[in-house]
Amino acid sequence: MYPEKLHILLAEDDQDDHLLFHTVFNHVKINHTLEMCEDGIALMDYLEKSQEKPHIIFLDLTMPGRSGMECLKLIRQNKALSDVTVAIYSSTSVPATVEQAFILGANIYIKKPNEFDDLKKILTEIIYINWQYITEGFNKEHFMINY
Amino acid sequence: MNIYLKYNLDKICRVVLQEQLDKFDIKYSLSDSGCVHFYENVPDTTYVRIHQALSSYGIEIIDNKKAILVQKVKASIGRMLDQCDMPLVKISAHLADELGENYRTIAQIFTEVCHVTIENFIILYKIERVKQLLAVNDISLTEISYKMNYSSVAHLSNQFKKITGLTPSTFQKLTRSKRAFKALSN
Repeated sequence: MYPEKLHILLAEDDQDDHLLFHTVFNHVKINHTLEMCEDGIALMDYLEKSQEKPHIIFLDLTMPGRSGMECLKLIRQNKALSDVTVAIYSSTSVPATVEQAFILGANIYIKKPNEFDDLKKILTEIIYINWQYITEGFNKEHFMINY
Repeated sequence: MNIYLKYNLDKICRVVLQEQLDKFDIKYSLSDSGCVHFYENVPDTTYVRIHQALSSYGIEIIDNKKAILVQKVKASIGRMLDQCDMPLVKISAHLADELGENYRTIAQIFTEVCHVTIENFIILYKIERVKQLLAVNDISLTEISYKMNYSSVAHLSNQFKKITGLTPSTFQKLTRSKRAFKALSN
């Protein structure tokens, strides 16, 4: 049945983006928690130790320590995390990178928009679409959206 | 000047409930543990109005009646799309008729529970079916569009692109590469 709370995890080293995500998710009507990790190493550490698996991870492509792409690979190699939605976001959207992200198992690729309102729209939409995947049991293998 | 009040929350709630419920022409009784018993079935339109009347007092109905209605809507949509058995009337009219409720009420409850509108849900559902066909079968987009009741291949392509940000052929290519990569790494 429906989870009581949606667990959102953000891996991002930029503090401004932390604030942006916070602001956006404050408007989301689904009951949720939002956790932040400072970089890729902290993220993998968190995933290993945390009891409760996130439903969705937002992964910045360029982070110190371990890149978003490396984290994505590690997440997808871990059977326990196979069901987690991974949303990559980056300031670039080179077609080859986007393609690689999807092949490695990313569900969503977001090119960071310049306007806050656009980001808000995208993130909100993602949360609600992800919710349909959770509640409807749609095939996660086919969950690919490019923004 | 200050005055100090002592109040009985339980009593306040009962009075508010009575005042509100008396506005509706239904027989009910209040029991202690926040339960209201209705002597006959409450139609969904009345249910929504009761819900609205109470929510302005911070009183939420704990009930899965909504969830049941949503399930009925989803089942009906699923039947329509899976059996490619589209009604000859508008989907809204069909749902209203099948569930015996006003479409506005159905739509309102659906969005409240599912966080998407019925229209968007249908689109998402259809696109998921299209993805399944693209990934599994060797059938052409023309056939898929026919099978899924799209008016044209162009319409299907556009809707697919709008929802996923990918063209159907890119999606197909990615699914295959993804599978190949997975097979390789296992």
